[in-house]
Amino acid sequence: MTVVERPSDGHRLPRWLVEVVVVPKLGVNDPEGEAILGGLRSLGYTEVDRAQSGRFFSLTVAAEDADRAREDASRMANQLLANPVIQSFRIQSVSPISSITTPTTL
Amino acid sequence: MDANLGRNLVGVISFPGSNGDHDALHAFSHDLGVPSRLVDYRETDLSRFSALVVPGGFSYGDYLRCGAIARFAPVIEPLREFAARGGPVLGICNGFQVLTEAHLLPGALLRNATLRFHCHWTHIRTEQTQTAWTSDLTVGQVVRLPIAHGEGAYFADDATLAHLHDTGRIVARYCKPDGTVDAAANPNGSIDNIAAIANHAGNVVGLMPHPERATDQSIGGDDGLLLLRSVVSYLNVPA
Repeated sequence: MTVVERPSDGHRLPRWLVEVVVVPKLGVNDPEGEAILGGLRSLGYTEVDRAQSGRFFSLTVAAEDADRAREDASRMANQLLANPVIQSFRIQSVSPISSITTPTTL
Repeated sequence: MDANLGRNLVGVISFPGSNGDHDALHAFSHDLGVPSRLVDYRETDLSRFSALVVPGGFSYGDYLRCGAIARFAPVIEPLREFAARGGPVLGICNGFQVLTEAHLLPGALLRNATLRFHCHWTHIRTEQTQTAWTSDLTVGQVVRLPIAHGEGAYFADDATLAHLHDTGRIVARYCKPDGTVDAAANPNGSIDNIAAIANHAGNVVGLMPHPERATDQSIGGDDGLLLLRSVVSYLNVPA
């Protein structure tokens, strides 16, 4: 497992790939999602009844374990990646980075 | 030039990507004759200023969300302290977005309901004159100002909106030229046609339309001076 120096404590910590998805909160106008839904329906996909668009973030986080990496990313999402007034977020995945190379999913 | 104006110094904050900063500077220095200067986003000493403007534009390229990155600029904490001391602050367009992201004003600005960038004249109805930036206006007064934004639909949750109503913090609403506030006059899908709000004390105002781009009949109108001049009247009233 790849490890890095965490400047705050100097311990060598494993690195995690954390994927965060941010979408408009329910009840907040989402004209973009509505336009996408309209487009899908005009293509004949009448089975679709809702579409949302959002943002995807891929973070590389040094943390003791997956839970800690998830907590760190949640705080980041609350403070910056999402605006809690209009958006909600979810941590899509947390996976260990086993290679020293930059994850290709970025 | 009114001698009273000479005592004041208005600062207009320039972020990377601001584009309304020089318009605002020109409005104060040229059209109103108020001493003013640009404030670099890295400045931290705002003690010389009587009023501050957070101008329109695309600070930090609108990366992440409009105004989301500007909130980390060095000038923001001193701006927050300036506002907390009662200093007049006006956020125009992107400046309004910056003030909401910095939690100096509640709510957020969403993508326009039309999904179009709107760049045209609008009318707004003055709802609150007990603010630093509308003190020269009268309630119900219709002001004609241009808008230029893609993300100007004001949004606040029901509780926040009710609180804004109850505390008189809705400063202006989009209306027809005769002052009628209705859906047809709403250019962007703002909740309750809201075009401007204030903080509790009334010294911080966020406004989507551009008063600094309506300062002379030769450019289509000068109603913007009514708002910008208000702050001078506000500052000159003995406390």
